[in-house]
Amino acid sequence: MILEMKKIRKKFGGLEVLQDISFDIDSGEVVSIIGPSGSGKSTLLRCATFLETIDGGDIIYMGDKAAWTDEQTGGAVYANAQKLKKFRGYCGLVFQQFNLFPHYSIMKNITDAPMKVQGMGREEAEANAVELLRKMGIEDKADGYPYQLSGGQQQRVAIARALAMKLEILFFDEPTSALDPELTGEVLKVIKQLADENMTMVVVTHEMSFAKAVSDRVIFMDGGVIVEQGTPKDVLENPSEERTRQFLSVFER
Amino acid sequence: MEFSVMLSTMSAGMLRTGAIFALTLLGSLPLGMIVALLRKSRFAPLRIFIRVYISVIRGTPLMLQLLVWYFGPYYLLGLNIGGWRFPAIIVAFVVNYAAYFAEIYRGGIESIPQGQYEAAQVLGYSRAQTFMRIILPQVVKIIMPSVTNEVITLVKDTSMAFTLAYAEIFSLAKQISASQTSFMPFVIAGVFYFIANYAVEIVMARIEKSMDYYK
Repeated sequence: MILEMKKIRKKFGGLEVLQDISFDIDSGEVVSIIGPSGSGKSTLLRCATFLETIDGGDIIYMGDKAAWTDEQTGGAVYANAQKLKKFRGYCGLVFQQFNLFPHYSIMKNITDAPMKVQGMGREEAEANAVELLRKMGIEDKADGYPYQLSGGQQQRVAIARALAMKLEILFFDEPTSALDPELTGEVLKVIKQLADENMTMVVVTHEMSFAKAVSDRVIFMDGGVIVEQGTPKDVLENPSEERTRQFLSVFER
Repeated sequence: MEFSVMLSTMSAGMLRTGAIFALTLLGSLPLGMIVALLRKSRFAPLRIFIRVYISVIRGTPLMLQLLVWYFGPYYLLGLNIGGWRFPAIIVAFVVNYAAYFAEIYRGGIESIPQGQYEAAQVLGYSRAQTFMRIILPQVVKIIMPSVTNEVITLVKDTSMAFTLAYAEIFSLAKQISASQTSFMPFVIAGVFYFIANYAVEIVMARIEKSMDYYK
């Protein structure tokens, strides 16, 4: 098991954004998380990637506890800084807004973290980056800067930047929501390609046909809880819950 | 007094003006960054202290601050420090300009999108690495026009050392003009300030241009 999330709780002020969320991600699995906005999907990814701290529950990476519930207080406790650094190294996140570093060339966007965080040599880091850019179909952009690229190209650089860290699991937070419709295809194609290579991925998305085509499992969230999960066929074509049906009916129009 | 004599007498003042200018920048540019970071400290008393400091510095005349730094040790602490005039000027200028630079830095730091911090954190950068490698370079580009403004103001503000009878170019111009009943020293001083600021403009424009490679 790459990741186990158990009874995750998260509050923003008085609002319970995540209520006892539990799920596992197996190696090589591709899981799509769908649901209306405000359902807690993004927060869940942000908790899994340590951008947000949970208020309760267990986060377990590769069988090793990153966070757990304190028996006495009922609140969450995190592993020490050194361990957290290791856990952070397991996971990557691709953002809706790409968040490339504008002052770095495309090459440096991809090589800087492996070199400065993981201590990789320049030659190896650059060779990896060239390979990743080729895979993303943008090997000719290495010397360019983010502002010179289209949104779809920027998002592919962001994916390459994440993959350069040799991750166990890659999260996507609505990776195509900021893109023009004609550019979403090129990003989804890349994600599909990664799925074919058995990359473990969790994708928060509104692209239902993509979720159907790529994922092994679909999770439908609403109001901070997992309403139902299962194979894409089960959840997207024969949902057992009324709320899922309601949500999906919006997309059929 | 001949023009050439006047000019050479005043050139000593130019050097002193240059010294105030250079030392002020050397001290206040880094100190301003420290102040800007402390302003966001998690330790509330420190945060409040910094806000009061910035507020007082911006709310009172630099000329008054010069007098306080110069006479303060004697009137407040009973200390008689030999050769305190020049150090007092530098301290007053550095403390004053650091407050303004701190606010410029703060504006720059706050304009960097949260996503930059998050992307860096997910990639495993430490807080120090995130600041030095990702945030600061972008901040520098954003704040350049404001910094240029402040540096140009500083060139002219050095004339306030006149308050403490320090023989920089402005004080000398006034002195020589009075003793020689001549208007020429003011012309020389004016031309000097203008040329100095023209040089500042050119240098800053170069620096800005060197960061033009990205948007």
